[in-house]
Amino acid sequence: MKNTERKVDEKKFRQVSRRELLKLTPVLALGAFAIPGLQEGLLKRGLRFSDWSAARLFRTGHGAPTFDDAEVAPFDKFPINGYDVDDPGVDLENWTLSVSGAVEKPGEYKLSTVQALPRVRQNTRHICVEGWDVIGRFGGARLSDFFKLVGADTTARFITVKCADDYYESLDMATALHPQTLLCYEMYDQPLTRAHGAPLRLQIPTKVGYKQAKYLTELKVTNVLDKVGYWEDQGYSWFYGL
Amino acid sequence: MSGAVIEIIQAKGKNGDGEEEAPLVVARAAYEHPFVVRLCHWVNTVALFVMVGSGLQIFRAFPSFGAKIPQKDLLHWPRAFAIGGWLGGALQWHLTFMWIYMGTGVLYLGYQIFSGNYRQVWFTPRDVPGVWPMVKHYFFFGSKPAVREAYNPLQKQAYTTAIGLGVLSVLTGLAVWKPVQFSWLAWMMGGFHYARIWHFAVMWAILFFVLGHLVMVILHGWNNFMSMLTGWKKDPEY
Repeated sequence: MKNTERKVDEKKFRQVSRRELLKLTPVLALGAFAIPGLQEGLLKRGLRFSDWSAARLFRTGHGAPTFDDAEVAPFDKFPINGYDVDDPGVDLENWTLSVSGAVEKPGEYKLSTVQALPRVRQNTRHICVEGWDVIGRFGGARLSDFFKLVGADTTARFITVKCADDYYESLDMATALHPQTLLCYEMYDQPLTRAHGAPLRLQIPTKVGYKQAKYLTELKVTNVLDKVGYWEDQGYSWFYGL
Repeated sequence: MSGAVIEIIQAKGKNGDGEEEAPLVVARAAYEHPFVVRLCHWVNTVALFVMVGSGLQIFRAFPSFGAKIPQKDLLHWPRAFAIGGWLGGALQWHLTFMWIYMGTGVLYLGYQIFSGNYRQVWFTPRDVPGVWPMVKHYFFFGSKPAVREAYNPLQKQAYTTAIGLGVLSVLTGLAVWKPVQFSWLAWMMGGFHYARIWHFAVMWAILFFVLGHLVMVILHGWNNFMSMLTGWKKDPEY
């Protein structure tokens, strides 16, 4: 190991040591994260960069894993997570989905219209931002099929939804067009229960749970996000694709 | 560059005017840690601290590895020893510092490989026979084996393992963050559910390494500690 053996006087050694130590000062830049005025902005930027990368990683042609019926959790073991109430008291008889924005045929759509589209049933994993996961069985119409029905402009960037419980969410178009993204009206081959979002919810195996809004009342295709999402407004990731 | 050994001589003028006098060697020093290694070490120290702190806050949102129904909590980690305040805040820290953590990892590995400096620390089969004598020495029932280089065989094993754990922390983390896009990674770990367990286990393994590392740093004293700041280790044992 002794490839060079030279002599340096004490003063010179101290100088060299000090210079080498000073070269590490860029590490102190990380201290910016401890400054209250800068912290929030830096973390927001970090989250946005993560979302940007996540959107780059997303592949419309890549499906979420699906599971055998034997791997599906029993219905009563499928958690019910709402942000406030489990049953916002939707009038199921007179319910319609209000469609607006960049679509050829805006208006009120009945549940039977959604159910008339090809039915997709899939056993997929539901992952909550909290960390728990459960494999469930879901049924519904592809959002992309519904888009054909209403003549949605799929070059638009976003889809926003509003819910009977005042919850609101938004999606990127790539995820909306993913073949596993459903307007879901069934769980475990039964009509959606009120606590699980009756009569219609989003079911998106490529997104974390809070993106999969329940009790849908409005759907808009748009290029401008006026409202992002309930949890996003509290500081969660917007894209959160899995 | 690392591996260079110098002799420190008494500063001129101290011993009068002796012109052609042979210089008095007062110490020796070895250049052990190149700049990039030191930079990565300290940036990663901060990043690891934030990743563990925010990770534990994220864990607090669902401190279990079982089902949600019924939920059986594994442990209640105190909020005071976590970063971010709540799940959303902790995720912001985690998703920001993961880039810094991965960045230092890539820079470190790239530098070590391309500079050839990895040989200083990389554990190879050649080092296997030297591990046991070092273990014996550290547990006070063996004499100290001769030191010929910056890292002894046991250190090489520990640091090589730590680097492996760092890589695993990223891979398990990717499987937790993107279990669909990296479904093959998640599949290798037994699916998202188990990837989360692996990610947690790797964190504890890293913390175990850090604990041992800190004990050794304290035992080996000031000159050894300063070498990770200046690169130069005064009075090396070789």
